[in-house]
Parts: sequence; C-alpha cells; structure tokens
Amino acid sequence: MIAATELKRTPLFGVHSACNAKLVDFGGWNMPVQYSGILQEHNAVRSAVGLFDVSHMGEIEIRGPEAAKLVDHVSTNNAAKLKIGQAHYSALLYEHGGFVDDILVHKVSNTDFFLCVNASNQEKDFEHIRAHNNFDAEVEYASERYAQLAIQGPKALATLQKLTATPLAEIKYYWFRDGNVAGAPARIARTGYTGEDGFEIYISPAEAPRIWDEVLHAGEEFGIKPCGLGARNTLRLEAKMALYGHELTASINPFEADLAWIVKMEKPDFIGRGALENALQRGITRKLAGFEMQGRGIGRDGYEVWIEGNPAGWVTSGGPSPTLNRNIGLCYLPLDKAAPGVPIQILIRNLPVDAVTVPVPFYKRAKQ
Amino acid sequence: MSYPESYRYTKEHEWVHVDGDHGTVGITDHAQHELGDIVFVDLPKTGTKVTKGQTFGSVESVKAVSDIYSPVSGEVSEINELLSKSPEKLNEDPHGQAWLIKVKLADSREINELMSAADYQKYVGAE
Repeated sequence: MIAATELKRTPLFGVHSACNAKLVDFGGWNMPVQYSGILQEHNAVRSAVGLFDVSHMGEIEIRGPEAAKLVDHVSTNNAAKLKIGQAHYSALLYEHGGFVDDILVHKVSNTDFFLCVNASNQEKDFEHIRAHNNFDAEVEYASERYAQLAIQGPKALATLQKLTATPLAEIKYYWFRDGNVAGAPARIARTGYTGEDGFEIYISPAEAPRIWDEVLHAGEEFGIKPCGLGARNTLRLEAKMALYGHELTASINPFEADLAWIVKMEKPDFIGRGALENALQRGITRKLAGFEMQGRGIGRDGYEVWIEGNPAGWVTSGGPSPTLNRNIGLCYLPLDKAAPGVPIQILIRNLPVDAVTVPVPFYKRAKQ
Repeated sequence: MSYPESYRYTKEHEWVHVDGDHGTVGITDHAQHELGDIVFVDLPKTGTKVTKGQTFGSVESVKAVSDIYSPVSGEVSEINELLSKSPEKLNEDPHGQAWLIKVKLADSREINELMSAADYQKYVGAE
C-alpha cells in the first residue's frame, strides 16, 4: 500500500481534514469516503442537496479545426451532433472493443471540446487520444487547471442559484453554460452521477475551498451535507450508472455493458468499431443485469454468481440500497439469463444465497 | 466514548465481558466508528464452537465486510437477536445493547492475554 503522504490530493484536502472526513486511497487519490455517514449523506442527496468534491476527475481539452473529428474518431457517441453548450455520455474504446474509459464530452465551440474523464484513467486517456491524433487538433491534459464540485439533489438548483447570475433553470439536463459561481469563473453543467437533478461545476483550484464553503452556506437552509465517495457510490448504483473498473473494463464491450445507446454504429469510423461489428455478428454472449438479494446477505463487488448450481457470472457492484432499503447489485450474466425475473445465487463466503434479477435502474427520480 | 474497565479487548477490536463461566462478546466503539453505518450482522447459531483468535461471524457496513474474531474459546450459548432486525444498534451502543454473542467459556484464563481498557485506549490512540 502507498503511504498516505504519496497519495494525490485535491485542492480541498485541507477542507476535508478540517471537516473530520474519513479519507481513503481511491485510485491513488486521498479522497473523503464519508463525512457524517454514508446513509445520512445519501439521504440528503435524495431528499434535499449534497455537495461532493470530485476534483480528482480528469479534464482533457481538444481544440482546433478538426477537434470534432478527433473526438468522433476516439469516442463512440456522435460528437458531430452535439450543439454548442451541450454534453453527452460517451466511451473511449480500444481497437478490440473494450473500454479505455467512460467519459463526458462537452462541446464548448465548433473547435473546442471539453472532456471529463475518470481520475485513475486520466493519463491513460490522454495518451490514448494523443496517440490517435492524426487530425488538425491539439490535445491538452488540463486536469491541473480545474477543480470540480458536484451539487446534487432536488434542492441543488435553489442552492447554486444563490451564487450565480446564470439562470440555472434554463440549462437543460446534459447542457452547460460558462458563467460565474461566487464571483469566480465556472463551467456549470447540469450533469451528475447520483440519479438526481443537479450540477457539476468546473472551477479554478485556487477558488475551490472558498466556493466549497459558499455552496455549503447557500445550502444550509435546505440541510445540505458534504458527501463523500461512499454516498456517491450508493447513489450511482441505485441509478445504475456504470463505474470504470467494475461494470466497465478493457475486456467488456459497450453492448455487454448495456450501453448500446452511447455507441453510434452509423458513424463511419471510430476506434473499436470493427471489433464491435464482429461482436454483433457473432452475437453478444453476456450482459449486465440488476439483481436484488432475497436471502440474508449482501452480494458485493467480485462475488461469483451461480445459476442452477453452476458458475454463471460475477457481481460488478453490490451493496445496500439506502433509498429502497434492499440489497441490490449489478452482475454479468449469460445473455439469456440477463432479463428480469431469473432466480440466481450469489456466492457469499462460499455459501450460495438466493437473489433474483430485476429491472434497472433500481431507482428513478419522479419527473417534475 | 469510554471503554468499560471491566471488559477485555483484542487487537482486532472486539471486547469480552466475563461473568462467571460466560463471556459476552462485542465489537468496540472504535470498530463501529471505523466501519461506519452498519447494515448487516452475520452471527453463528447457538451451540457453535468458537476459538480464540478465529473468525466467528461478520459485520457489514454500507461499504465493506469485516470479520469478527473471537476473543475467547468456548460454545455460543446465546446470540443477540436484536441485531438481525436493527444492525444500526451496533453504531449506537456497541458496548451495551448491541453485544453480539454469549459464550460458555472453555478456559476463563484466556482473557488474561487480552488488553485492559487503558491498554486498548492507548492501542487505538496509537493505531
């Protein structure tokens, strides 16, 4: 294990320590896993508002006359179709069709794209994109220039609106605007990883501690809570949002991961397209499915899944669902077993415990 | 929270309180705090033999699973039924209401090898 002093720190490390956060090694970053407690933080996001430091996330900027072409070449979704100020979820793939990473692509202008990528993949993603840059475009590793905060929950808009003149209600889901938050320049995106309404803001690292405090103050009347990676994980799992290293790996393709909607096979060319075509022709053999425990026990990441006495797959993410008060999870299963209603067993400490596949997402917020 | 003087403690953060030939076993306040919100407790059936230093069950928080090691050897005479319905009691009252099991001791001298409250306090302070 790496000593704590060698772990990377976000600009908010001092703030977290002062808040009594419990810090853990998360992909080489010293990150808060919880402040007041995962359940309290989770519930704050579902019922009011929570604030997350996600400054460990990476940013990559792609600029130039052929920026859109490069983005479309390295990612699976259709960047050419993005409007200025719009964002989408996408993936970087290897030639063999497995995941390099899952990413958010923001179109800032016709010649400027802003990518938000996973913390532990950022160097790899940057090298991958640069290695495939046969276009008139520049690729910049921009992570050092940004801190990122996520303000999430039904009261996220009311909280953040106190700190910005940008009319937040006008920003649609998966759109963004450049403006100011608490007097400092900010990219304000209506995105998130919790299944609730909310915003992710990209700000200068130097301003991050002050803006963090101002957001907490603005959300006080709603009962805002600082939230750690623990709650981020339970929230995203309920919303069935994938986590790299769990649902997504280099040996999983997007069809298996139930992410066909971010793969635009009608695009003439992108890295991994050939392999995906072959995979579709041969037929997908396994698929991500949701499950719910029926017996006593919690199916967790990495546990084996059995069907009728035989190994059939593995749990990618599993744990208690605070919102539903049930034990839920995601797992890979043979395609014909991946539909809801299939009885399965999760091997918990060598004992098979009953579970059943269920529809996903486990949780969906009520439309306003 | 203070650590009861009459209990003995392990390096794996369990406690045992011996009364005659029986010992009550639980996890410490430090352990529950490190685990965070506890959502599931897996305990053996009564009659199960437990061995000092060996795992006899597990406690699960939202994030993780932790083994519980027995501070003493003997036979489980009672388990705390409260915890199957209300595992969160372990966060609230780990040294009292949320004990885990009672053990009929095989050798009451075993507890002499365990830490006193003062030693345990020092141990978790230094950990």
